[in-house]
Amino acid sequence: MSGPEQEAWANRKVPPVTGLWMLSLALIAGGVSYLAAYLPKRAPLGPAVGLLAASAIVLAVGVVLLARQRQFAWQRFRQVAGWTFLAYVVIAGMIEYAFIYDHTHGAVLVVMTLMLFVFMLAPPLLVGFTVARFQHTS
Amino acid sequence: MATVEHSVSGAASASPDRDAPVEILPVRALPVVGVIVAALIAAIGTNSRWALDFFHVAGGGIWTALDLFLGFVLGPILGRLSIPARVELTKKLMPKLVLIIPVLVTMTLAAGFQLARYNGMLDTSFPRHAWVVASFAVVGVMAVIAIGLLEPANIAVLFELRKPQPNPAVIEKLMRRFIFTAGITGAMQIGTLVIMTRLAS
Repeated sequence: MSGPEQEAWANRKVPPVTGLWMLSLALIAGGVSYLAAYLPKRAPLGPAVGLLAASAIVLAVGVVLLARQRQFAWQRFRQVAGWTFLAYVVIAGMIEYAFIYDHTHGAVLVVMTLMLFVFMLAPPLLVGFTVARFQHTS
Repeated sequence: MATVEHSVSGAASASPDRDAPVEILPVRALPVVGVIVAALIAAIGTNSRWALDFFHVAGGGIWTALDLFLGFVLGPILGRLSIPARVELTKKLMPKLVLIIPVLVTMTLAAGFQLARYNGMLDTSFPRHAWVVASFAVVGVMAVIAIGLLEPANIAVLFELRKPQPNPAVIEKLMRRFIFTAGITGAMQIGTLVIMTRLAS
């Protein structure tokens, strides 16, 4: 590839999934901060559930937008996202253990676990996408 | 941008060391990471006040200094280097940062949360609880930037450098993103330092 072609490849248009998945993470961070701000008391769960639902929807929209891409290095995406997912399963497992160890239970535990699940999905998608978008498919 | 027309592979073939494939993860450093994480778990498990203070203060200080150095010192220097020199520096620097930054972040945040719990700062009755909540917000924003932009750029640039013919435009784009986000998180760390010193005084 020549210089201008390399430049064009680096700047080609891709769906705005990075922004969407970062928004999804931000909503989760907001939900966790909201719940943690009430400790050791129990926070009203409505806002946290709303943030969780919004985060899951935004994450899913990003997945749908990416799934519609024909020219995309899917094999590299799966490889990188898969290994990153494995790392985040370990991290999420430790955090879940900390929740249970700290006697978190009932509805709060369910909401925190679901938030953790969304948190576990977003980073592998972000890393996999950022690597794969610069890989050639042929 | 004319600079991207420089040959990357040409400059990278001067020594056998330069021809070696770029390591995504420096495997030899993993035992050191293991020791640090084990010591951190022990500090949290035993609620050792000194160890928690050490991990939180030392980790936070090094993390802040590193981010500020990358964003405001190394970033501008990197931008003025020739493309081959930039690639060569990137090849050496980025694999190390794949391990250093996550370890520093884990040390600082895990020890900090436990310290706050131990000192009763997480309790809503704590007189400066609003500052603690403010620190949650700052850390939340930094985490989203780091997980969404900084770390993916770090990994992606290493994959690009492993190619037989790396694309200098891709490397430049990713490195600009990495340095810029490191600078932002470094600047936000100043906000964290203000909050932490308010809490400690």
